[in-house]
Amino acid sequence: MGVDNPLGDNVITTSLDLLVNWSRKSSIWPMTFGLACCAIEMMATGASHNDLDRFGIIFRASPRQSDCIIIAGTVTKKMLPVIKTVYEQMPEPKWVIAMGACACSGGVFDTYSVVQGIDEALPVDVYIPGCPPRPEALLFGLMKLQDKIMTERNSFGSTIGLGERYIPEAA
Amino acid sequence: MATTETMTLNMGPQHPSTHGVLRLVLELDGEVIVKVTPHIGYLHRGVEKLSEHRTYHQILPLTDRLDYLAPMSNNLGYILAVEKLMGVEVPERAETIRIIMAELTRLESHLVWIACHALDIGAMTVFIYAFRERETVMEIYELISGARMTSNFFRVGGLSQDVPDEFVKKVSDFIDVMPGYLDQYEGLLTTNPIWLKRTIGNGIISAEDAIDIGLTGPALRGSGVDWDLRRDNPYSGYEKYQFKVPTGENCDTFDRYKVRLVEMREACKIVRQGLDKLKPGPVLADSPQVCYPPKESVYNSIEGLIHHFKIASEGFPAPEGEVYQGVEAPKGELGFYIVSDGGNKPERMRIRPPSFVNLQAIEQMSVGTMIADLVAVIGTLDIVLGEIDR
Repeated sequence: MGVDNPLGDNVITTSLDLLVNWSRKSSIWPMTFGLACCAIEMMATGASHNDLDRFGIIFRASPRQSDCIIIAGTVTKKMLPVIKTVYEQMPEPKWVIAMGACACSGGVFDTYSVVQGIDEALPVDVYIPGCPPRPEALLFGLMKLQDKIMTERNSFGSTIGLGERYIPEAA
Repeated sequence: MATTETMTLNMGPQHPSTHGVLRLVLELDGEVIVKVTPHIGYLHRGVEKLSEHRTYHQILPLTDRLDYLAPMSNNLGYILAVEKLMGVEVPERAETIRIIMAELTRLESHLVWIACHALDIGAMTVFIYAFRERETVMEIYELISGARMTSNFFRVGGLSQDVPDEFVKKVSDFIDVMPGYLDQYEGLLTTNPIWLKRTIGNGIISAEDAIDIGLTGPALRGSGVDWDLRRDNPYSGYEKYQFKVPTGENCDTFDRYKVRLVEMREACKIVRQGLDKLKPGPVLADSPQVCYPPKESVYNSIEGLIHHFKIASEGFPAPEGEVYQGVEAPKGELGFYIVSDGGNKPERMRIRPPSFVNLQAIEQMSVGTMIADLVAVIGTLDIVLGEIDR
């Protein structure tokens, strides 16, 4: 990379962005927040067979400790204010995954009580289709989120007050 | 003079141990519960209203998503109600496969119950073990229906398709190893001092109170009431199977735990009997008014294609009348009440979900105990918000 490496493999030169993004993507802590059927598949993904821990993904029960919220299930109009509150309680930086047809678009429940997609209220990073999505689909969605985290620029600088966080638009 | 006041505490809808989006408003005296008020409706999706605008076949996918831990039991209850309304006779092979799947569903639902119940009380290992076995049931689901959870496999008059050849071996292998796994769970819990302290004497409800409230399923049998629809009001050919109905004595959380574990062992035996009874034959009734035509005829003849199109788009008109069918779902009596005005859609469909009725017992079970005991009570009631709110 054009940088001399006089100390051999004991020292690695990298950019701050790369280091920060790498550590963030390797320790996504989602909320334990199941809404409906998809929550069971989310649990199944976290349990023995699929094992989310190997990605550094550990479910946290408090929004204060999490940086990702997986909207797993049908969002009703009664539930929406609660989800907004939980989302607002999460510290920056934070990401949203819409898991399943209901969270993406309302799914089969086109009724008076159901919000037709969580993107009406929250900025969604990854949409995972399926009713419910298989655990493999959720894993793929989480890996897509990791890819997205890796493209962020100046996310550390923005937290200490230097400039803005820059997230490139998806290709 | 010193006065004391009760404190109001909100629990849920975002709470790790409320099993979904249940919200409880607690009135507390110190840490002792004085009053519990459940607030529901956070997952109200309008399934009953949607059903009024769909043909009888189109309602089936909605029933999958009521109690999403036991999709096939929901399908069975709904399909039996429609078959009762239409007067359709189901072939024997279809009935047997239905019972095998209903009992595997019972196993699956109880596996998730034991996983979450133990996790709430603090036994993490059981969660990991139980989800391992659940994966096998999901593979069987996938084998026959193509979907892991929302199977949508039954049809009015039988099944959507016959099961593949490897089905029998796969189910048989699973049933062979399952009792050993149940021993594993028992080894982790039944003699575990923490588990015993948390469950014995917790959530007591007497048999009279349980009947008054209308509890069904393991919650009722744990209080010593010997009532099981599979035996006392058989449906779908359950009268041909031998099984024990376990009951508890002490009416507490530990007895309900034991009842469910015995139920899982009995479910394995019922599945074994079903596999022995399984004979080749048709899986769909011969009543073209109601049933879909076989796929070979749809793909190879214009008459079959028209027939399929007609059933899929227009459905079938049901005779005027009312019908109720209850089945013993893993959580209790699941009932479907359909009112037909003679059209191809129900005029009204009412679902009697077991969890909704069982949730009423939460007040009686938990008043006078600590908040931590309430978590055990929620676990032992085995509620699913999908069918409470519908």
